[in-house]
Amino acid sequence: MTSLLETEDETMLRDAARGFLADAAPVANLRANRDQGRPFDTGLWREMAQMGWAGVLVPEAQGGADMGHRAAGILAEEMGRTLAASPFISSAVMAATTLRAAASQQAEQALTAITEGRLIYAVALDEGRKHAPLNTALVAQKAGNGFRLTGTKAFVADGGSAQRVLVLARTAGSAGEAAGLTLFDIPADRAGLHKMARATVDSRDHAQMVFDGVEATGDEVLGTLDDGWALLARGVQAGQAAVAAELLGVAGGAYGMTVGYLKERKQFDRTIGSFQALQHRAAHLWAEIEVTASAIANAGRVLDATPTQAGLAVSLAKARAAQTVDLAVREGVQMHGGIGMTDAYDIGFYMKRARVGSEWLGDYGYHAAQVAAARGF
Amino acid sequence: MPETAALDAFRTEIADWILSACPAPLLGRAMGEDRIVWGGRKWQFQDDDQKTWMQAAIARGMTAPRWPVEYGGAGLSRAEEKIYREELERLQAPPPLESFGLWMLGPALLEFGTHAQKLAHLLPVTRGEIRWCQGYSEPGAGSDLANVQTRAEDMGDHWLVNGQKIWTSYADRADWIFALVRTDRDAPKHKGISFMLIDMNSPGVTTRPIQLISGKSPFCETFFDNVKVPKSYGEDNPSVVGQVNRGWDIAKYLLTHEREMIGGGARGLLGGRSLGQVLGDLDGAMDDPVTRAEAMRIEVNALAFAMTMERYKDQAEAGRGVGNASAMLKYYGTELNKERYELLMSAAGSEAVEWDGPHGSLAPEWLRTKANSIEGGTSEVMLDIIAKRVLELPNS
Repeated sequence: MTSLLETEDETMLRDAARGFLADAAPVANLRANRDQGRPFDTGLWREMAQMGWAGVLVPEAQGGADMGHRAAGILAEEMGRTLAASPFISSAVMAATTLRAAASQQAEQALTAITEGRLIYAVALDEGRKHAPLNTALVAQKAGNGFRLTGTKAFVADGGSAQRVLVLARTAGSAGEAAGLTLFDIPADRAGLHKMARATVDSRDHAQMVFDGVEATGDEVLGTLDDGWALLARGVQAGQAAVAAELLGVAGGAYGMTVGYLKERKQFDRTIGSFQALQHRAAHLWAEIEVTASAIANAGRVLDATPTQAGLAVSLAKARAAQTVDLAVREGVQMHGGIGMTDAYDIGFYMKRARVGSEWLGDYGYHAAQVAAARGF
Repeated sequence: MPETAALDAFRTEIADWILSACPAPLLGRAMGEDRIVWGGRKWQFQDDDQKTWMQAAIARGMTAPRWPVEYGGAGLSRAEEKIYREELERLQAPPPLESFGLWMLGPALLEFGTHAQKLAHLLPVTRGEIRWCQGYSEPGAGSDLANVQTRAEDMGDHWLVNGQKIWTSYADRADWIFALVRTDRDAPKHKGISFMLIDMNSPGVTTRPIQLISGKSPFCETFFDNVKVPKSYGEDNPSVVGQVNRGWDIAKYLLTHEREMIGGGARGLLGGRSLGQVLGDLDGAMDDPVTRAEAMRIEVNALAFAMTMERYKDQAEAGRGVGNASAMLKYYGTELNKERYELLMSAAGSEAVEWDGPHGSLAPEWLRTKANSIEGGTSEVMLDIIAKRVLELPNS
């Protein structure tokens, strides 16, 4: 197995991303986005695209940087550190990976547009309160040469901002089956597609999408009829790894703020970071973050080397990330004391994004069960 | 890549060698403490197969795969050694020889010793002829290890050693001891310690085993009563490693090794199987939702921890020291191992509490794991090290 150590190129990418985000997307930007009621800063996303981030997983032939999933994870992690909001994971990771695997001329054009930041994709997947892609019940009924989509998708990340949607629909079979699922690639402003923005705790773009007899042509089927999950699963897996990486960054950001506070806050005439009770909790948190960082790096490496055998690595990363970020934000708020409860202080933003990210594309329980299955129990 | 091809070829070669050199009865069995070959003058092999396997390994330098060939090793790279370990595990072949000489003394001498010291002490270690023990802790120097009081007085041509060590692993079966002794009582406590090599056969050295809660006695008290230690064992071969009064540097270096080792000890105990698979052999155990959830949690953590061990080893190999972060490996690995044994005990229920019941040595092993987070620095000391040295939190 290849080493989990960062290569020189990866370290340069991380340093560049960290430097850029510290200036261009500090946590204050998330606060400004929230206060101005916008899910993300389109100018920031344009800049990210100009740096090649939107094309991180896009082949060079379509104008992408083609740096791979480990690199995408590094970018996601750094974005998590400052809670930088963007459609990176939906569009540049999940949709780009899916479209790339589809390998059609139409998909190639879309990849170029994603890379240039001209086109934002959302992936409309889950329908219930938990991640369960095979439970897809949204129906695509044959209608003439095309299809008619009816049903509701929940928790569609960047669903309010996206110009196009990858939507998983049932064309055959029944809930729980992978066979009979078909993937459609349609414009988000298609008649009958109602997008209902949801005000979520992380102040990001999450929408409910109601498909009320939405028409789709046969050309808008991505991949094979009744076998769309095989294709989308690649994108979902890449997305899970990227969300896990983002959560590692969220954990790191919360940890950094908290240790900084421990070194500065004084009570009982002492810096509170000199109290052993707090030192041990902070040290334990650091240990958890270190261990999770290995699982995140591993997921990126495995996705780059053997993408069809990445299930265990990706679920391990997401399970660890969910547990670690949960600890980081809970300890973060608690160790900040009263100020941690105030909206004026940033630590609460970390807690909110952590909760949403832990849920998105499968929580700890979902992924721990995947690990167990892969490990033979 | 040619590098990968070379490693693949090495894997084939080393697997073939293991299969030809290791007698078949030793293969395909889960590794347990009873299968370890420790070596030394007092060592008795359980059977001829163990001896055959050790001798074959010695001939190829494979008892110390990473050590230089001139000191009895095989001179393997880190990647090659990893492959060797993986193949041993895959074939369920026992390591041909284990010892504190290989784990602890070797790394210390390779880093701090003279050429003559290495030749004199490392070759017998690789051949399983001399068994070493570690004389660090004392009754008054546990977590506060630098407080060692065993003193060595300079008597011209020799040192006169007096004092007591405790938790000396297998001292009663060891031939030599590497010990921390105070050679300057007036210096600050970290600055007056030397790292001394002492023959356990010297008059005045006595040992007394300590019975533990597991019913076993892997640790001893070791007493030094006017023990004469020669200043030198030969040309350029002093009994003190490194400089006199600078032994704490070596102790710290070795503690890093020891911590990585103890932290990593949790791996492989299940013979390459997942915790869930082992528990699956117990009728109904995995039907219990609490057991299942715990098994999943521990499996997730164990897999991520194993990756972290490898990442840190790669980092050390790349010349970027791991340093104080090794405290994390020790802390995390030992706490994880205790959790794993708690779950195994719980799943095996009333059968598990029998000393010699259907689960063999599970009960003593479970009790033994409790020492993991104490020996080599307690979990609390590890967290202190992380907090102060890595997080740079202020002193109280």
